[in-house]
Amino acid sequence: MPVFRTHPSAFLHTTSSLTPANHWDHILARFGYRREWHRVDPGLYHLGNPTPDSVVLVTSNYSLSFDALRSSIPGVDAYILVLDTFGINVWCAAGKGTFGTKELIHRIQDVHLDTLVRHRVVILPQLGAPGVAAHEVKKATGFRVEYGPIRAADLPEYLKTHEATPAMRTVRFPLADRAILIPVEVVGTFIPMLGAAVAGFLLGGLWLALAAVISMLAGTVLFPLVLPWLPFREFSAKGFILGILVILPFAAIKLTSISVISLQVALSLAGLFLVFPAITAFISLNFTGSTPFTSKTGVRLEMNRFIPLMAWLFGIGCVLTIIARIMSLTGAA
Amino acid sequence: MEATIYVGVNTLVYDPDVCINCGMCSVVCPHGVFARGENTAILVHKDACMECGACALNCPAHAIWVDSGVGCATAMIYAALRGEKEATCGGSSCGGGSACCR
Ligand code: SF4
Ligand code: SF4
Repeated sequence: MPVFRTHPSAFLHTTSSLTPANHWDHILARFGYRREWHRVDPGLYHLGNPTPDSVVLVTSNYSLSFDALRSSIPGVDAYILVLDTFGINVWCAAGKGTFGTKELIHRIQDVHLDTLVRHRVVILPQLGAPGVAAHEVKKATGFRVEYGPIRAADLPEYLKTHEATPAMRTVRFPLADRAILIPVEVVGTFIPMLGAAVAGFLLGGLWLALAAVISMLAGTVLFPLVLPWLPFREFSAKGFILGILVILPFAAIKLTSISVISLQVALSLAGLFLVFPAITAFISLNFTGSTPFTSKTGVRLEMNRFIPLMAWLFGIGCVLTIIARIMSLTGAA
Repeated sequence: MEATIYVGVNTLVYDPDVCINCGMCSVVCPHGVFARGENTAILVHKDACMECGACALNCPAHAIWVDSGVGCATAMIYAALRGEKEATCGGSSCGGGSACCR
């Protein structure tokens, strides 16, 4: 009979309940504020009062991952093994390899997991699999890697049978998951958006400044929301469509405010439709990385196809807009 | 949301001849690309593959190969601008991820 270490003082403790400070931390993280701040110490945590028969759950040291895990299993006594992923979530860290075979083996050995539990199983989130070779962990440590469900919310159900349903194994990207990304998208484009607004104001007044802001917000706010309902598969093509839709009201405003369509008006309208949908499309293309669907090969192909097109439309549109501006300043029509 | 974005372009290669039918690929794949079969795993939905590499890394028989990486335009643009060969997640170029987050 092996001797199990029951004295837990060397280990960290945690609970299933989230504090207001935790929630505040999540909000800041969702706004992309100080990305490197949202971490917990790596190592072994006691959740409740684990025994040598308790499950061992593995996660990353991104505070949102850790908190999602512990808060999903109230009342469960478990060990939580936190890998050092430098504050990056499980999926992204697995892609980088920091949520990886080596780090997992190191942590299992470092905390002497074999002296703490009777069984030889560690449960990982399924989305950690791109970084971890289960058979190599087994070879090095004797621990079998069991891939649990993708979402922490499915853990209680999973722990009853240790069988995941196909639904638990399939990644989805529902409205709520898309909406929660909006703050970081907006924050990330805030400075360029100010720049675009100023440039728009100088070249076409309030009308153009607003068009610039709206076309960028279309990419950062609207696009994630309406993504599944936009036509075409490529994000760039979807973005172009959305960009054209949101710019239509600005064309309408222009047309209703004049009696005859002069060359100057025609040029500024052409500029409008060339510049802004390209901007919306570019921002939309950048959303590829936030989705759990796009492959590297696919995105590279899409970029090769669409970025030159965006650049041309944007460039020609800018030239036309500047010409229109010069015409209006010099009074030529 | 529909899982398949790009049709006929991904690099996933599967050799059923060396498969030992351990079932790992159908466990780890988040897009149901592989299904369990009678004698070998079955590639059922190739176009849904997002090249995450989980199946290839976890296949003990090396029956699967995929050029894995991040399907993220932002990361690729940053990598190109900095002259890096491979784009990665989670750097300063990363917005913070998504369903990724758990
Ligand atoms: S690379 Fe990822 S998405 Fe593609 S088949 Fe393998 S596990 Fe599935
Ligand atoms: S992981 Fe490899 S050996 Fe196992 S079922 Fe899949 S292809 Fe076959």
